[in-house]
Parts: sequence; structure tokens; C-alpha cells
Amino acid sequence: MATKVFALIAHNAGQPDDSALELLAGARTLFPGCAPVALVAGSGPDVAAAAGAAAAAFGEAWSFDQAQLAYPNAELLRPLLVKALPPGAVVLLPHSTLGMDLGPGLSVKLGVPYLPDVVGCQASEGDTLTVVRQEYTGQVSTHVQAQAGQGAVLTVRSGAFAPAGAGSAPGRVLDKSAEAEGLQARRRFLGVVAAQAGDVDITREDVLVSVGRGIGEQENVALVEELAEAMGAAVACSRPIVDAKWLDKSRQVGTSGLTVKPKVYLALGISGAFQHVGGIKGSPFLVAVNKNPKAPIFQVASVGIVADLMELLPELTTQIQKAK
Amino acid sequence: MEILVCVKRVPDATENEISVGPGGTDISREDLVYAVNEWDNYAVEEAIQIVDRVGGNVTVVALGDSEAEEVVRREMAMGAGQGLMLVDDAFRGADGLGVATILEAAARKGAYDLILTGAQADDGAAQVGGMLAALLDWPYASLVNKIEGEAGTLRIGRELEGGTQELSEIDLPCVLSIQTGINEPRYVGIRGIRKVASVEIPVLDAAALGLAAGAVGGAAAKARRLDYFIPAAGAGAEMLTGSTRELASQLVDLLKLKGGLH
Repeated sequence: MATKVFALIAHNAGQPDDSALELLAGARTLFPGCAPVALVAGSGPDVAAAAGAAAAAFGEAWSFDQAQLAYPNAELLRPLLVKALPPGAVVLLPHSTLGMDLGPGLSVKLGVPYLPDVVGCQASEGDTLTVVRQEYTGQVSTHVQAQAGQGAVLTVRSGAFAPAGAGSAPGRVLDKSAEAEGLQARRRFLGVVAAQAGDVDITREDVLVSVGRGIGEQENVALVEELAEAMGAAVACSRPIVDAKWLDKSRQVGTSGLTVKPKVYLALGISGAFQHVGGIKGSPFLVAVNKNPKAPIFQVASVGIVADLMELLPELTTQIQKAK
Repeated sequence: MEILVCVKRVPDATENEISVGPGGTDISREDLVYAVNEWDNYAVEEAIQIVDRVGGNVTVVALGDSEAEEVVRREMAMGAGQGLMLVDDAFRGADGLGVATILEAAARKGAYDLILTGAQADDGAAQVGGMLAALLDWPYASLVNKIEGEAGTLRIGRELEGGTQELSEIDLPCVLSIQTGINEPRYVGIRGIRKVASVEIPVLDAAALGLAAGAVGGAAAKARRLDYFIPAAGAGAEMLTGSTRELASQLVDLLKLKGGLH
């Protein structure tokens, strides 16, 4: 197998991110028998440690150690990869806020096809890649095909591939830091602002009543709050409710909000986009209520009800009050 | 500041059940309710707010047909001064790179300082903004949830995992893809739409954009969608049925059993 496959390793405090071993598994699925190379950029002891760990899993890692790479800025990583990668490289990125920032432009600069947010694939046939994507927040799937003879850039959704083994023998780390000299970015990193804590910490709650766009109007959120009060539960929500400013950001469950691990989770009018479901951990008893029987949330729920929230919620609240 | 905002007309995901159409070559388009892509609506609002602050003009651009023009008009009714339509049969079947190439040609016809797109649209690819920036060789930032500043350099925030915000400065001209929640898009009434109903919207085709037919449409696509399908479902949820009262009663029993009532 002549295809050169690379995976960009996100890392923190010297440890590769969970995405690293998933990208490795994805690379092996796409190109059975390939020897993918881990790309690790950063600065100082952290990048050395992360490159060592990545090399153990991948067999080989390329390390880019430069002061200005201390924070992963896609506007620096893109020209770096264009310079450092050999022609024909297939590059796997996590479909993260970094991968989304880096990937589309990288594919243009390399002159190769871009396959974003890949959730599955079959083994390539020659240069032909066939991957599975989702559209319309997961309501339908598609097969997408591209010719990777000149290379390709893919971003891979978290959880799409079961992680490969971490490896036990040390791998080979190649110091490619010289490639990173003289990089210039027209976007300069200033700092990060942590998300603000709210009045209730939903990450510590056992029972969450979570509301989504299906609630329709702002005044209907009160019905959800009444139900939560009757249950002795906390109110959470999906992203559109925060975008509409109906509830505080500290109530948002999902990849761009908080990760929760309750015992019981009621998803009310939540379609179940992967960004939301990705924030629910610990396999809770998950009840989904949605008027759309095809809502993806029913695929991950324990119990589902196709119903109008305006009818069900008041009845449910009344019955719970009576039951107590 | 001269701002170009790229918008797309899409099936409204809040109003529609999306299913696979006959033959699996497309989604079922019957009875779909269309709207402006939600992310793009935030981008238009942001552009209008920037121009209100520092002066300049907002141009709203879309690929497509007369139906897409309705979306452009709706966005103009929010307060964007100009519209622009990019229409040609040769654009049909364009992939993300094709769309970005068409937009690049349109951008080069103007003198824009800033181009905004939505962070993603109905296909969830989140690709056109980043490709457009690369084609123009302008700096780019995705998932932008804050924009400050004016001439020369903007100070921006990007939304990261867990709601963390990354702050950067970025040189103009640049392309930014806008995340929902950056602002509160204004309401557009019938009156506002009527006001812009007769405003002339220029239309550019492939020739006017200097694009060779066949350079950007389906034949040139590097990423080809083969089909639409519904994946074989797993076990999925145990579905409860009955009257509202029966549903509630079953749910109360289950919640008691699972520790959902405190």
C-alpha cells in the first residue's frame, strides 16, 4: 500500500486526545495495512511527551516543536502541513473545532478532495474512497466518494471508529521542527475565556429534564420548569434554547456546552444531533419525547414517545404531583 | 467596511421530517418548508451590526434560482443594502469546492474587506467558508461568536468545545464563519419584505464571473454524493403508545423505577 496516511494529533498536557486512537482506527479501516504517521505540533516537553505516546500507537510520529505552535492555531498549522507533507498525502483530522478550522482550507491548498465529518467508511478500492456522512442533523445518511490519487483531507467524527490500541513498544519520533521555522499567521492567538458557571451545576445532577427547539415558544419553557420541579430534577437544554437566550449557557448539554452524566435524562423536543448526544455520558435511562418519529434521538433513547409536548407535559406534571 | 455575506436557502430543519426520496438520489422534496440557513441569518445580522457601528455596506449573495432570491430579499429586509444572485445551469451539482469557487469569483468582482458565511448549512459539512478563504488567500476563522474592532484588524472570538471562547486578532481582509448565538437576529415582518420587494438584485452567470462552464458544476466535483439512505437502525428506543393520560402514567411508573423522581 503506497498511500501515505497522516493523522493530526490533538493533545493536552503531553497526552494525545481521545481522537488520536480513533483516527488511527479510521486510517486502518480506510487503508488496511497502511502505516499511518502521527503529526504532533506544539512546544516544549508537552510535544515531546505527546509525540512519544502517539509514536507508540502509530509506530511513527512527526514532531513539530516551535514556540509559536504552543497553541494550536489552524492559520499556522495549515501552511506548516502544506510545506511538510509529501505529495499524495491523505490527512485525517478530528472533526473538532480545530479540524473544522484547518481542514477545508488545507484541502484547497493541497489541491485534494475534502471529506468532512466522516462517520464511517469502507476500505478504499485503489484510489477510490467511499465514506459515510450524515445530513440534516443525522436524519439521513449519504455515501460520498472521492479520488485520493493525489491525496485527500478527511475530518472524522468523534466516536465514529472504536479506538485502536495505544501500543506498548516505543515508536519512532522524527523531529521535523525545522519545517516550522518562519511561519507567519495573519490570525494571532490572544487567549481563551472559560465558560461561565451558572447557578446550578448540571454536570452534578442525577436527573435532568432537558428541553430543545421542539418546545416552540419561550413561554412554554415554564412547562418544562414545572415538570422538573415536580420531579425534583434540574433543567438542562440543547443549543437552540441558549442561542434564543431562553436559558443560560450553563444549562446547555453538548459538545459546545457541558458534558453530563445523569442517571435519568429526559430529552423533550430535542432532535438528537450528534453535538447534543455527545454531551450525554454514562448511559443514563434516556426518555425522548419528540413529535417527529424520525428524530435521531430515538436511536439512542431507552424509551421514546411521539407526542405533542404541549399536551404531554402538563399531564405528566399533574400525575407526578399526585404520585408523590 | 464592505461586507459580503454568503447565504443559502435550505429545508428548515425545525419544520421538516427529512426522508429519502424515490431512488435514493435526493431527499424527498415534497412539502418541504424552506428558509434561510440559520447560521447565515446570524451572519447577516452581525454584518448589519458592524456596518451600523463603523459604516460601510452589506451585500447578501446566494447561488441558485428565483426561490433563492426570496431568501436574499428576506435578508435584505433585515437591513442589508445590496443583494447579488449567482445563477447558471453550469453551477448544478457543485460540491463545496465548486460553491467556494463560484463565491470566490463573485468576491473578486467587488472590493470587500470582510466576508461572512454561516458556520455550516444543511449538509453539515462546514466547508465553504474555509475553502473560500483559501482560494482568496485570506486569513480565516471558523465558529466565530464575537467580532470587535474596525480598520485593519478585527478582534474575534471562536467557540471551542465546552463553550470555551478562543480570542484572536485577525487581519483584514478575511473570511469568518459565524456560529449561532453570536447575536439576536432581528425579526423581519411582511412590511420589511415589501419595502425591498422591488429593489433590483443583479444576477451574474458563469460567463460574467469568468468561470468556464464545467469548471464548477457536478462534472468538476471532487467529492461526489452517491446516494441518500437511512442506516439500518439499531434496537432504538422502546416506543410507548396510548392516550396522553396513558403515556404519562407509563412514564411516571418508569421514572419511579429508574430513580427519576426525587
